[in-house]
Amino acid sequence: MNSWIDLDALWHIVAVGLLAGAGLPAVFALGLRAVSLPGRGGAPDAETTPDARTTPGADRIIGTNPIGIAAGALCFAIVLAGIAWGIYSVVAGT
Amino acid sequence: MNDGVLVLVVMTALAFDFTNGFHDTGNAMATSIATGALPPKIAVALSGALNLVGAFLSLSVAATIASGLVNTHLVTLTVVFAGLVGGITWNLLTWFFGIPSSSSHALIGGVIGATMAAAGSHGVKWHGVVSKVIIPAGLSPVIAGLIATCGTYLVYRLSRNVPDGTRNHGFRIGQIGSASLVSLAHGTNDAQKTMGVITLALIANGTLNSGDQAPFWVILSCAIAISAGTYLGGWRVIRTLGKGLVEIDSPQGMAAESSSAATILLSSHFGYSLSTTHVATGSILGTGLGRKGAEVRWGVAGRMATAWLLTLPAAGLVGAICYWIADGIGGTAGVVVVFAILVIASVALYLQARKTPVSHHNVNAEWDGTVVPADAKKEPIAA
Repeated sequence: MNSWIDLDALWHIVAVGLLAGAGLPAVFALGLRAVSLPGRGGAPDAETTPDARTTPGADRIIGTNPIGIAAGALCFAIVLAGIAWGIYSVVAGT
Repeated sequence: MNDGVLVLVVMTALAFDFTNGFHDTGNAMATSIATGALPPKIAVALSGALNLVGAFLSLSVAATIASGLVNTHLVTLTVVFAGLVGGITWNLLTWFFGIPSSSSHALIGGVIGATMAAAGSHGVKWHGVVSKVIIPAGLSPVIAGLIATCGTYLVYRLSRNVPDGTRNHGFRIGQIGSASLVSLAHGTNDAQKTMGVITLALIANGTLNSGDQAPFWVILSCAIAISAGTYLGGWRVIRTLGKGLVEIDSPQGMAAESSSAATILLSSHFGYSLSTTHVATGSILGTGLGRKGAEVRWGVAGRMATAWLLTLPAAGLVGAICYWIADGIGGTAGVVVVFAILVIASVALYLQARKTPVSHHNVNAEWDGTVVPADAKKEPIAA
């Protein structure tokens, strides 16, 4: 810590920045993965089917797995909460 | 004191705010435009609207741009005016060449240069300049780049099994959301810098007492100026950021904008008024590093970095020269002459840019090494 650079703030910016700036997109990606999960015996698995892109059902945006959709919704809720916190921190101006 | 000069200073400050807006549209929207998540016109309209909202959100840092960097009791209206002219000149030149450079640094450089011309180098608080401007400017692109690299890596890794339909649709929504957040943060940060400058001018003129809040008309006019500038869209800068630096895909765009939003918001939380340009550029570079096989054009990045190093001294030099001219002629006449030179130079540059236009029509054209796409050089598009 010295007068030129505030290492404490720097450390916080990097740590919280990684959590919010890289973590939230990762949670968002997890959410997308969850909502697109196929149900039992439903749409073919994109990983194992080479031509998944052209298979009917692959262009569906939401999969058919209820647990997946619920988990995805939870992920998106976390992302939205993170954004709300960000906007709040601006408005509070602290 | 001198209301004629004050009116010119306020007009120049709003003009700076306007250039700040169009110069920085790309910071928020370049990636969304490049990936096609938003049509160009819609993107700049959304960004403009959010800048307007952002300008009203928080008023905590107004009037801080000069205090801490220069001795405010030495600041006269002419100094503020000359500093603004320095900032505008640098913003217009870098826009013309399509270089995303920091509007905040242009303004700070201009004010420092004008202060030095007026009062000598003891008028500048060098320690404040280094610790509040130069060191953060060096660190912020690296931090934003690191966050974006991690984010991009995680996003690609976690979404690799997601079907294309969901993937494209989902990440475009995510990208629009994160870019909107950057626009909001930009309005909050950058509009306040101009509010601070106008407030400073009003204090220097004796219209306001030192310590007064920015009057409502200042907040309103700054919000409108930055928002209008953003809506106009600095297509040249958008093109360099969105197409020139890295070829961007929507997951990368989302990771880059999230990193920018997090870095800007967190830093202002800790009292650092960062350049959104430096952060956005760092994020976009980082997102190129985080994705396997993505091409990062280091030549373009190097040219930008050079421009960043030149921003403070170049804007400072223009600020100083403008002060000498205005002060040499003296009084209102001096300020009017410099104002006239600024208007003529700006119009000339605008007309020059019209010969090789970059607009929402060709902003996404294939990157061929220059900011002006080949087709615009051959036959200008009527825009």
